[in-house]
Amino acid sequence: MASQFDASATAFPSRRSILKTVGVGAAGLAGIPFLAACTGGSAPSATGSGSDSLTFGSGSSDDVPKRAYQAVVDAFTSKTGKKVTTNVVPHNDFQNKINSYLQGSPDDTFTWFAGYRMQYYAGKGLLAPIDDVWQTIGANYSDALKKASTGPDGKMYFVPNYNYPWGFFYRKSLWAEKGYQVPETFDALKALATKMKADGIIPIGFADKDGWPAMGTFDYINMRLNGYQFHVDLCAHKESWDQPKVNAVFDTWSALLPFQDPAALGQTWQDGAKALEAKKTGMYLLGSFVTQQFTDPAVLSDIDFFAFPEIAMEGRDTVEAPIDGLLLSKKGGDNKTARDFLAFLGTAEAQNAYAAVDSSNIATAKGADTSKFTPLNKKCADTIANAKNISQFFDRDALPAMANNVMIPALQSFIKDGKMDVKNLEAQAKTLYAAQ
Amino acid sequence: MSTTAAPTGRVSAATAARSGSRPKRHYGTHIFLTVMAVMWLIPLVWSLFTALRPVASTNKFGYFSVAGDFNFDNFLQAWTQGGFATYFWNSVIITVPAVLLTLFLASLMAFAVSRVSWKFNITLLIMFTAGNLLPPQVLAAPLFEMAKHFEVPYSFSDSGNMLNTYIIVIAVNTAFQMGFCTFVLSNYMKALSADLTEAALVDGAGIWRQYREIIMPLCRPAFAALGTLQVIFIYNDYFWPLIFIQSGNRLPITTAINNLQGEFLSNYNLLAAGAVITVIPTLVIYLLLQRQFVAGLTLGSSKG
Amino acid sequence: MSSTAQELIPPEAREPGGGRTRQAKGGRVRRLTGHDKVVLSLMVGIPTLIELVLVWLPTLMSVGLSFSRWNGLDLADIRPAGSGNYQFISQDYPPFWPAVQHNLLWLLFLALIATPLGLLLAVLLDQNIRGSKIYQSIFFAPVMLSLALIGIIWQLFYQRDNGLLNFLLGTAGTPRAVDWFGDSSVNIWAAMIAATWRHAGYVMLLYLAGLKGVDPSLKEAAAIDGASAVQTFFRVVFPAMRPINIVIVVITIIESLRAFDVVYVINRGTNGLEMLSALVIQNLVGEGQVIGVGSALAVVLLVISLVPIVFYLSRTFGKENRA
Repeated sequence: MASQFDASATAFPSRRSILKTVGVGAAGLAGIPFLAACTGGSAPSATGSGSDSLTFGSGSSDDVPKRAYQAVVDAFTSKTGKKVTTNVVPHNDFQNKINSYLQGSPDDTFTWFAGYRMQYYAGKGLLAPIDDVWQTIGANYSDALKKASTGPDGKMYFVPNYNYPWGFFYRKSLWAEKGYQVPETFDALKALATKMKADGIIPIGFADKDGWPAMGTFDYINMRLNGYQFHVDLCAHKESWDQPKVNAVFDTWSALLPFQDPAALGQTWQDGAKALEAKKTGMYLLGSFVTQQFTDPAVLSDIDFFAFPEIAMEGRDTVEAPIDGLLLSKKGGDNKTARDFLAFLGTAEAQNAYAAVDSSNIATAKGADTSKFTPLNKKCADTIANAKNISQFFDRDALPAMANNVMIPALQSFIKDGKMDVKNLEAQAKTLYAAQ
Repeated sequence: MSTTAAPTGRVSAATAARSGSRPKRHYGTHIFLTVMAVMWLIPLVWSLFTALRPVASTNKFGYFSVAGDFNFDNFLQAWTQGGFATYFWNSVIITVPAVLLTLFLASLMAFAVSRVSWKFNITLLIMFTAGNLLPPQVLAAPLFEMAKHFEVPYSFSDSGNMLNTYIIVIAVNTAFQMGFCTFVLSNYMKALSADLTEAALVDGAGIWRQYREIIMPLCRPAFAALGTLQVIFIYNDYFWPLIFIQSGNRLPITTAINNLQGEFLSNYNLLAAGAVITVIPTLVIYLLLQRQFVAGLTLGSSKG
Repeated sequence: MSSTAQELIPPEAREPGGGRTRQAKGGRVRRLTGHDKVVLSLMVGIPTLIELVLVWLPTLMSVGLSFSRWNGLDLADIRPAGSGNYQFISQDYPPFWPAVQHNLLWLLFLALIATPLGLLLAVLLDQNIRGSKIYQSIFFAPVMLSLALIGIIWQLFYQRDNGLLNFLLGTAGTPRAVDWFGDSSVNIWAAMIAATWRHAGYVMLLYLAGLKGVDPSLKEAAAIDGASAVQTFFRVVFPAMRPINIVIVVITIIESLRAFDVVYVINRGTNGLEMLSALVIQNLVGEGQVIGVGSALAVVLLVISLVPIVFYLSRTFGKENRA
């Protein structure tokens, strides 16, 4: 092979000189990358009062929520003069890599949700407690929200920003045109879906490429059939998956499967929203953030929603209303400005700034401005306020590994072939929960 | 697809070759090769085509028409919105030190095992070569945990450990690629005549001088080849930054392009433009240094 | 300066291009100076240390961790689990056997389609036809791209409503359109074709280099004996390229075991694209870290990989030890 080299070497002398110059240049410039490779940042100061800025990691990457958080940051900066560096990461990536993110160099504060997962990370020592922040903002929140922000050790960790109900969203004009009525019971829902199918519309919009949207259907059917407490216990694995109650959930769901969008596994929820807007689907079970996708005000005012119908056992007074807000990373706990930012978010002022841009969700702080509420917003707010029980979404209330590694593929295969092996779910759950 | 065309191709080649070694027309071969070449280029050409069309055109005329403007809007937007400048610089930060370290350390090792006789030479070579053939996923979890539990002062790394630093990515890339380079360089050095060092020895040169003044200059072609190869390999490495780096703005371009998928979502024009931008450095190296790259691949693979 | 004339035992001189080695027997052993010994030990020691710590130690740790239960956060939390993880992945873990199947399928596809295609291209291009350099450059271009980027480029091609393939098939925008990467019954094939795009060019290149190294007198001798081109190839040329063939076999197997970037970029290795490598990462970098299960999967991958690695090492280094 040396001969092959000689040939190439002599045939292209110009190449060698290029290489020579490049080599020398590279060697010279190589020093810079070596230096730059040191990523040392500022140490969190021991007293905690030194830093005048903070870093804010945001998984709210869609356009509307991104601008909304920017509005909050701007309001904070103009109020206090302190600088905020926002790092936006695509939503699914942020959620997927949260584990390694928290173990690496997380931002001082970051967007996250209430629920067991928040408590899980708190329990593992990855978050900083914010009892002092809650001294100032505690009065702004109801007891239910306070409870949702508490960690397993009784300390406070979370500052709620907004929450939103999950329900069936639909276009009023389409329903008026076809004469559809809001179903109160599950049987009525099935009958309505049959009617829609006959009319050539896909009855229930569905988009599960990201894996998590399907959990909304699971949660609701489970809560309607077996009650709110069973659902919470199942998420915490205090109840086994291998029992008739869980089987019943999937049996009930299989009655709905024929009416759900067959192309679900290839679509993201944004695609599903577009389909609803285009009147290709009759109704869409999602959180109220779906309205972020409707930029046309005419469409926006045409949207309404109804709560998941009652099935056999329960009424409709349990609402799935996940709470989104901010957490403080362990490292950020030493940054006083970051704590101030969290305290700021806990006030009506900050939440109004957010809601002014993103009106699809309901602010959680008392005294938040509701004057600009559309009828839809009011309905959402009332639904949450009147709910007897509020549940968080499955992937926020269960062990992360259970939600991500077990439920997502299991639900995806259920959507494909309508079969669910609950014994296997239980076997996997046992191993995973034990490994923690 | 291609498999049905294969037998025809072979037969034509056979018929063509049977006619003697004069430059023949080789019609069958040419047709087959042309068809394959066109099919080969389709994905790249389609990406370029989509990237050159602004979103307005594709919204209006659809993706499959040639109507509408063609301009570089998407490239500009992808560059600024995607933050490519940062990502490219990150790639440089990771690639340049890693390649230099790899070549340097590999040359040390190769020199020792090829020019100095020792009973463990083969064992060491085996260890190094095998190290390069392992699937990186086998090493991922332990390396992640090792990096996480290796505490360093905050002034050195803002995570307090080795996660989310460039250094760990450089180190792991170096370790992983060192095996291949050692193997190739040791073969190359073995082929160099022993007389060279003998002459130096007579002059009283020590090991280091032999290494630095005699063997290293002779290995320049090998370094050029391996260097090109390693730059491409490490630039294209998607895996190690995925494991070690969490901050979006420290990712090198190859790993960052996946984030762009999440960011640009259904804007395929932007995504195509981003992909084309990512391809450009490799394309430049390919056109300028194709011979070196090819030589690097064959050097390592043809030996033994 | 103590310049004791030193002589190294003359290194084995090897003929370029492989072949038998001639080992110089005996030789005078002179002492190396102390300074030289220090230099040598550094030259060997530093790379070896790096290799041991960053490659081989983690490998052993993977094996060790596969017998433990750990969530990856606190060292104190590591608990022994016996063979529990292996039982788990073989019995209760739904993506495991599909992943093994897919890896096997990937290997067969590369071995039976991609590699022969590369071989065919190399044979055709070895004939010094016009434009051979251009063809070579075209076929070789994808090798320069990272597999992650290839996944993205082919997404643009395979996309359901806006991708070129469905347009060429006439189904773009219709309900009949196939979602090549989203439909679990076809996406593994779609991904393998994207990988072939790169693999064939790589193989072609190696074979071309090998073909150039084949002694032309062999081919002439066969032609004189009246052998057709096909016979010449299979009976004379192919066997003479044994070293290259070994490399190609090993590379094909290793690439199929490594197939990670492409599937991860498409959908993180779910929904029809399960691969062992992606499953390992799902249990490590994903939302729920389950280090024990991930390590068990990694060990399975390791054991399978050892087969081609040992095969390659024995062929490569075995020859050298034959006196």
